[in-house]
Amino acid sequence: MKLRTSLLGALICLCSWSANAELSIQITQGVDNPIPIAVVPFSNESGGFFSEDVSQIVINDLEQVGEFRALSRANMLSMPSGEQEVFYRDWRILAQDYLLVGEINQQPGSQLVQVQYEFFDINREMKLAGEVLTGSVTQLRDIGHTISNVVFEQVTGIPGAFTSEILYIVSESAGPEMSLFRLEKADYDGARPQTLLESGEPIMSPSWSPNGQDVAYVSFETDLPRIYIQNIATGQRRQITNYPNINSSPVWSPDGTKLAMVLSKDGSPDIYVQDLNNNQLMRITDHPAIDTEPSWTPDGRHIVFMSDRTGQPQIYQMELGANSYNVERLTYDCFQCAKGKFLPDGLNLVHVRRETRQSPTYQIAILNIETLRVITLTGTSLDESPSVAPNGSMIMYATKFNGRGVLDAVSIDGRVKFRLPSSQGDVREPSWSPFLN
Amino acid sequence: MGKQSNQFFKVSLLVISLFVLGACSSTSETDESSGDDSQSSSSSSSGSASSSAGSNSGQLTQEQIRAQNALRQTVFYFDFDVAEFQPADRETLTYHARDLAANPSKRLRLEGHADERGTREYNLALGERRANGILNYFIVNGASRSQIEVVSYGEERPEQSGQTENAYSRNRRVEIVAR
Repeated sequence: MKLRTSLLGALICLCSWSANAELSIQITQGVDNPIPIAVVPFSNESGGFFSEDVSQIVINDLEQVGEFRALSRANMLSMPSGEQEVFYRDWRILAQDYLLVGEINQQPGSQLVQVQYEFFDINREMKLAGEVLTGSVTQLRDIGHTISNVVFEQVTGIPGAFTSEILYIVSESAGPEMSLFRLEKADYDGARPQTLLESGEPIMSPSWSPNGQDVAYVSFETDLPRIYIQNIATGQRRQITNYPNINSSPVWSPDGTKLAMVLSKDGSPDIYVQDLNNNQLMRITDHPAIDTEPSWTPDGRHIVFMSDRTGQPQIYQMELGANSYNVERLTYDCFQCAKGKFLPDGLNLVHVRRETRQSPTYQIAILNIETLRVITLTGTSLDESPSVAPNGSMIMYATKFNGRGVLDAVSIDGRVKFRLPSSQGDVREPSWSPFLN
Repeated sequence: MGKQSNQFFKVSLLVISLFVLGACSSTSETDESSGDDSQSSSSSSSGSASSSAGSNSGQLTQEQIRAQNALRQTVFYFDFDVAEFQPADRETLTYHARDLAANPSKRLRLEGHADERGTREYNLALGERRANGILNYFIVNGASRSQIEVVSYGEERPEQSGQTENAYSRNRRVEIVAR
């Protein structure tokens, strides 16, 4: 068995054409009073046929992660495609608060499309936004998400994250005692999956670089856990660490110059920071207990980590450059608290929480470190690996559903939920991208 | 006539295999006795072992059988949330340690694992802690540090999939792998 797995381990391929996990999004919970919005099918001025329905993409975006409810096309009294065709009364009658219209133009013989959209506030009878977006016909999906970003920000004041992406790990059985592991990238809603790495040995802990161009991860392809960095566009990769024992949990600093990591080379797992420019290694924690799962505060000056130095996992914070005794404990009321990560506000800590010794259930929760109030966001019981959307509005995490590993996402007030189950294998360890250009 | 020669054939096959088996056991007996000599020099409980070797020259001693069985067990299971090996495994692990001590060129690897509950990175550390516990026990009982490599796979390589207590208990383990 050992020989077989190491031969498989040698089969590392950077493929984009192999069978992907195919995540399909399912809304599992919505809000009670969604904002009514009418999205009129964009008119097609070129007479041809487009592979993507831009207005439907916008509707899906807003219903999945926002608090919106789109009007059914069958109920529309008119189908305007520009401001001059809009009669506010048509939409007030239908109790709609917002209206989005548009038209798509493709020059004959060209791959370019022009998408013009206009967005209206029905109650105030005014146009809120509008522009012409140009791109290739293969970018219609991206154009749709861009429009969703504008609509979302206009209504909520929060920048939309619909053009963001996710990384995740897929694990599939490949025969008796053999598994196949893949690092994949997809749109936030699971569309357009791409394989970045395929291996016969485990892959763990994918982490986006702040500029969205690289991914760091742990691979067991040498039979030992080591950290690698791979460029997403080119597939070029390099091994970053080769220390003895555990090399794990790579996490980029907010300025992209350093990688926090966990190394057990000095006797027990501790937190270290490696400077990616000069490869200098800085030791952060120095304790015989297990210190692991580092993350950075948004200002880049503190490391948050989990330690079981008091007997069970709890979450702590340390200032970079401070004495290793200068550790501040953040969690107290749980039996175990782990995988802590601050939201962009630097105030709310999302983490994995196990309340009692008796009940081995693990859920995603948020602790406000000022008020000390805790909200539990999930009702499932084997939750792990929370990752925050770049606009701080949603959290994606891994859980089990019907015995299979799936990704779930929940809004930070717990009201909206959607699920990304996979068509094959188990999906886990999601990592939500930063804002991408 | 065909039936008779068939029977003769079968009987001679049986006789031949008995001879072969007899030859094999005498070979292994020689190996065992030389192994027994080295055991008696290093362990204190070998007094009874050598005397029974004198009385049963054609068979393995109780101690040798115990040692053989112990070395055959290469997977050790752990309780939930616990990194120390089970007290019931202490004797078996001692045999492994002494075997390493007696054979300085022998190399092995301790692979630590955890069940899937809890976070993945903590489980990676927990698997290592379990393997290190056995590593330290081996060293205290005569093995040399250079003979043993430690790797943790955390929850990434389960022996059994599923969310049952039974599956979980099969995954909390340390495996001894020959190198």
